[in-house]
Amino acid sequence: MRKAVLVKVAAQSILKNKMRTLLTMLGIVIGVGAVIVMVAVGHGARTSIQQQIQNLGTNMIIITPGATQQGGASQGAGSFNRLSLADAEKLKREGLLFAGVTPVIFTRTQAIAGNSNWRAPINGVDTDFQSIRDWPVTSGVFFNEGDVRAVRRVAVLGTTVAENLFPGSDPVGQTVQLRNVPFTVIGVLASKGQTANGNDMDDVIIVPYTTAQNRLSGWVRIGQILVSTFSPSDLPAAQAEIRAIMRESHRIPEGEDDDFTIRNQADLAEAAQGTAEVMSLLLAAIASISLLVGGIGIMNIMLVSVTERTREIGIRLAIGARGSDVLTQFLIESVVMSLVGGLIGLGVGLGGAAILGQITGWSTATPPQAVAIAVAFSAAVGVFFGFYPARKAAALNPIEALRYE
Amino acid sequence: MAAAGDTPVILVKGVTKVYSMGHNEVRALRGVDLTVYPGEMLAVIGASGSGKSTLMNILGCLDAPTSGSYHLDGVRVETLDKNQLADLRNHKIGFVFQGFNLLARTSALENVELPLLYDRSGRSRDTKAMAMRALERVGLGERADHHPSELSGGQQQRVAIARALVTEPKLLLADEPTGNLDSRTSVEIMALFQELNDQGITILLVTHEHDIVSYAKRSVEVRDGRIIHDDGVTDRHIASDDLAKVEDLELAVTA
Repeated sequence: MRKAVLVKVAAQSILKNKMRTLLTMLGIVIGVGAVIVMVAVGHGARTSIQQQIQNLGTNMIIITPGATQQGGASQGAGSFNRLSLADAEKLKREGLLFAGVTPVIFTRTQAIAGNSNWRAPINGVDTDFQSIRDWPVTSGVFFNEGDVRAVRRVAVLGTTVAENLFPGSDPVGQTVQLRNVPFTVIGVLASKGQTANGNDMDDVIIVPYTTAQNRLSGWVRIGQILVSTFSPSDLPAAQAEIRAIMRESHRIPEGEDDDFTIRNQADLAEAAQGTAEVMSLLLAAIASISLLVGGIGIMNIMLVSVTERTREIGIRLAIGARGSDVLTQFLIESVVMSLVGGLIGLGVGLGGAAILGQITGWSTATPPQAVAIAVAFSAAVGVFFGFYPARKAAALNPIEALRYE
Repeated sequence: MAAAGDTPVILVKGVTKVYSMGHNEVRALRGVDLTVYPGEMLAVIGASGSGKSTLMNILGCLDAPTSGSYHLDGVRVETLDKNQLADLRNHKIGFVFQGFNLLARTSALENVELPLLYDRSGRSRDTKAMAMRALERVGLGERADHHPSELSGGQQQRVAIARALVTEPKLLLADEPTGNLDSRTSVEIMALFQELNDQGITILLVTHEHDIVSYAKRSVEVRDGRIIHDDGVTDRHIASDDLAKVEDLELAVTA
């Protein structure tokens, strides 16, 4: 039988039972739609993680106190707080590959400005912080060497803090109280959005580390030291250099483990990327289960259809159809059904992903390969789940099929 | 009557058919010999259980004999595989069934066209035109677009006959063709068969109605898996004459 005729016959019998066909295809529509949405969300998550890591700063190395491993026992980073300003100063003095070095002192306090107050994290940093984090100001200026050396009470606000403390007005030049110490706001930072973990990077007050140390906490030890290199290719060498300087600064004898941890952006990116990949795989796997269920729905309906049309099959066989003709006819029917369902599901999925992106603000992007795979997969579902019913139809005995009531 | 030198359309020798149902063996055919020449119109008659349906299935290449040989138009049938049998049915046999067996929701024309679509000889033919000619031959040219549900029983059977004719088969095999029709329509259908037979088409009817046998040229009676009677039909009825008589009668009644 000619292929065009086969497709026409299949289309006819599909259209005969419109409601049933629609419900059968719905399984595939939902399956493919779910896969597309999940892939889009997963892909979008990866893209936004990449962007956020870029936002952290360029070529950045983070030194945190404590080692992840000490004497073979995992301790967790930060177990021993042994970073000091001396470390930062030594790195700055002796490092050859570093574009910038800054200690970061973390504290948190209630910030008060006029009638508003806001509890915000405070970072005490050096001037290099701005270049390391690649973080421009939108209003005012960042503090300079002079401010740091003179222990001036100046602050640069993240946008979240600025909006909450000074709603509707420019904070630059105004005063904010941190632990009853008045600070002059000299700048507002550009918005960076959220970190990969969902923390608001703009919810921060930046002050000179000297001021933070003397006026706010009196801490000598510091949470992090950030170092940047001139180019990403310098990262491994810079990390080796940091390690050597830090071990010397901490007087760690040969053979002893580090009491600090060095991580760079690439590590962070890799970890986050890996998590995102596992997540999107998981989501796609869950979504494909619905595609599988849709396929079983097709098989079910095709089996019913074969039974209903036993007589028709008998007629076709009697007038000279080969088993393979009947097989092809039913196979085309199930493939057309699943393929059309897949295409509709593709539309639903792309639309759903776009709507989800609008509502949640996630960036959702569907890679073209995913579209191709989803459509090909739905056709494969049609072949796989259509084969058994089609073979059953082809194997019918014409005499019995003709006698079937 | 065709000359004895022609290739017989049907040449059956010593055909038996045994069905095994569990431990029981049912011997449906116990040695049948039958020769049918081109141009014959043969009625096979028998009660249900006589074996006539089994014989019909074997003659229609739908079933294989347990032993014996069957040549259809010179082709040895019992050695063919399933696909070859399908092609043989397609080329050499036209089936007409008791229940018409048309595809619902498919126009008369498309029903008639169907056997041509399963033709594998690769000939390129205008299948629509061929189907139309076959429909015209049975007097239903103007009903080509109608679906079976829009046709009367007699018209449906005519469509089925057109479907059987469209491949120009060697043998028209009709299984109880009038079984679902009232007596008047039955006579109309028999008139069509006689007309086709007059045009040279070999027809084999399977029936249990003796009225129908009287329209054939030769009658074969099957009982208990054997042919017990094979003879020419004496006092053959001409269906068109019968129809004319019935019409006269009806006119007389209404007058």
